[in-house]
Amino acid sequence: MRNFVHTVVAIILISGCAQYSKASEFVHIPGGDFRSVIPEAEGDNLITVGDFLLQDAPVTNAEFLQFVLHNPAWQRGNAVSLFVDDQYLSAWSGPISLGTQAGPQQPVTQVSWFAANAYCESQYARLPSWYEWEYVAAADDSQADARENPEWRQTILSWYSKTGGDSLADVRSGSANYYDVYDAHGLVWEWVDDFNAFLVSGDNREQGGADQLQFCGAGAITMEEKENYAVLMRVAMLSSLEAGYTTRNLGFRCAR
Amino acid sequence: MHWPTTAILALAIALAACQPQPTGSVSGNTQNVDTGGSAAGDFGPPQGEPIQAVLTTAPNVPPPIDRDYPAKVIVDMEVRELDLEISEGVTYTFWTFGGSVPGSFMRIRQGDTVEFHLKNHPDSKMPHNIDLHAVTGPGGGATSSFTAPGREAVFSFKALNAGLYVYHCATAPVGMHVANGMYGLILVEPPGGLPPVDKEYYVMQGEFYTVGKYREKGHQAFDMQKAIEENATYVLFNGSEGAMVGEKAIKADVGDTVRLFVGNGGPNLVSSFHVIGEIFDKVYQEGGTHYQENVQTTLVPAGGSAMTEFRVEVPGTFILVDHSIFRAFNKGALGMLKVDGEDNLPVYSGKEVDNVYLGDKVMAEDLSLVSDVTQAELSGTVTKQQRIDAGRVLYNGTCSVCHQQNGEGLAGVFPPLANSDFLMADTHRAIEIVLNGLTGPVTVNGAPYNSVMPPMSQLNDDEIANILTFTLNSWGNEDGEIGPDDVAAVRAGTERPKGAAH
Repeated sequence: MRNFVHTVVAIILISGCAQYSKASEFVHIPGGDFRSVIPEAEGDNLITVGDFLLQDAPVTNAEFLQFVLHNPAWQRGNAVSLFVDDQYLSAWSGPISLGTQAGPQQPVTQVSWFAANAYCESQYARLPSWYEWEYVAAADDSQADARENPEWRQTILSWYSKTGGDSLADVRSGSANYYDVYDAHGLVWEWVDDFNAFLVSGDNREQGGADQLQFCGAGAITMEEKENYAVLMRVAMLSSLEAGYTTRNLGFRCAR
Repeated sequence: MHWPTTAILALAIALAACQPQPTGSVSGNTQNVDTGGSAAGDFGPPQGEPIQAVLTTAPNVPPPIDRDYPAKVIVDMEVRELDLEISEGVTYTFWTFGGSVPGSFMRIRQGDTVEFHLKNHPDSKMPHNIDLHAVTGPGGGATSSFTAPGREAVFSFKALNAGLYVYHCATAPVGMHVANGMYGLILVEPPGGLPPVDKEYYVMQGEFYTVGKYREKGHQAFDMQKAIEENATYVLFNGSEGAMVGEKAIKADVGDTVRLFVGNGGPNLVSSFHVIGEIFDKVYQEGGTHYQENVQTTLVPAGGSAMTEFRVEVPGTFILVDHSIFRAFNKGALGMLKVDGEDNLPVYSGKEVDNVYLGDKVMAEDLSLVSDVTQAELSGTVTKQQRIDAGRVLYNGTCSVCHQQNGEGLAGVFPPLANSDFLMADTHRAIEIVLNGLTGPVTVNGAPYNSVMPPMSQLNDDEIANILTFTLNSWGNEDGEIGPDDVAAVRAGTERPKGAAH
């Protein structure tokens, strides 16, 4: 009974929010050939991205709240500890309430890869691959691939040079990029489906090969776009994670 | 039998480290014995209770190790990403080991086993790790310590080599993590310790690359292109301009022997470390075991260190610089050692003038006036009196060398500013002269002058505004207030050769 009351209250809160917030949309991303910073094979960094749909903004606290209301197994306290660490959704005031530290239109953070994956499945979607994410994030306002543009890079680096303790902005606070996608840069890090594929090979964590990005720039040898530090840092961030980790500046969006 | 050998070696190391050097002659130098390196650095498993390492913030150094056995030492190091002041009125987002730049100083004994806890604060945006040059093993600990925000990594190593070692973050892009301040020093003492001295300090150089120019006010972002071109905006000791000047100067008394643990985090520049007015009695070059004597300037590699020792004979202020000297006077690589005590006239009888050495650096006790006006400038509440107060400080630092503290100049050489008809006739011209200099004949208060004033365009708009407002309201001059906008307008309207300052 108490659960039911909570649910009703939460639903009312959400519908309240819906009056002034734009629901997340999937936008069509036309595929194409693309030079990734991470080659599929050595020396071969030309990859092909097929057509896909991508959410135009990171998933918000309000959206994720709705998800956990329908999926109590993913509520804080219920979620299996193998799948989430102890900081999972810890900014929320309760398992099914946001409170003052988590605005409904702010991107949800402190979600693990497992939780993000489960959310996307509930939307009949999936997490984007790294290549899909990188492809979309290469755009600025007017160009599909703005990576040669120093301003594009400086925008990203400027975000890096702000400390992370401040409250996050609401999603879609900035302008949309070439693909009508918001917040590719400057708001949160985002999970991708294969966040660990370009690095960690299980039992070989100590030296050489797989995790060479982790020390002394050896990674730059295999990175194709050596000057592209801005994207390299996102790769470094993702490579520090395991699928159960959550952090205050890490969210996600879904693809289809 | 393993132990006796080790003990003898340890004794040899101790003797080599402690032996007083009776002569200064190179040929009589008996110190170049082989201390055995890492092969002789393992004194067996850790003994006794684990010890929590003392970590200190520069310029302070933990006390010497008072222990004759190898121990397990626990280091708790927290990584924080923080907005801190890099210069007066200028902030920068530093990535830090332990909340400061340089990172916390660690002091251990050769043969110790270090259990290293690297904690990355939950507010951090970036993953971080640590590569300690004191570690023997792949990545220097970097692979084992790669830590996402809000996580903690633990790894252990045995310190096999004695020496003074740099540590730094080695997360890609390594250059950027280092450029943001992620470095520090770890001292591995030989078993007998270092020879006792009276004062020990921690000084670490590093350079910073900002989008805005030197001393441009406000928050400054990292500039990757400048970093790649090795075109530093700031070159600093201990992470900020003014970290070691005025009241924050390091101190000693006449007769003290001072040891400086000098590190260079880079990321790019090699330091030509020098103390103006001192000679290093000993330099343990590159932080190693053997020393050179009687050294004026020692090179400190990026990612390297040196230990310098010298006895201070006379009182006064001794200036620490990178003797690549534009870095000292135009990029901030300047610190102070203040020595108290009785004059020692037979050794040094000269008259000391801080201002000449300091150039446009002002004493820290007065800096609050400058920072007050900077704050007021940002909030739009600046008053004329604040400009005058700050202008006096800046004037005394920069202009008084020629125009004198009383504004009267030197007859026939430097024109007076006090009661000056030339100055008061045209304040716009005054801005031009400060920015562009003045060469050739002028008449001031009826007297002819024909000399050269260099351009002072390295000063910021608000600094020039404050200096001129002070000048226009001092020594019998009355009235006039100049704002940064006035200076900016003149600056913008001035053609300057490409590559000239601003």
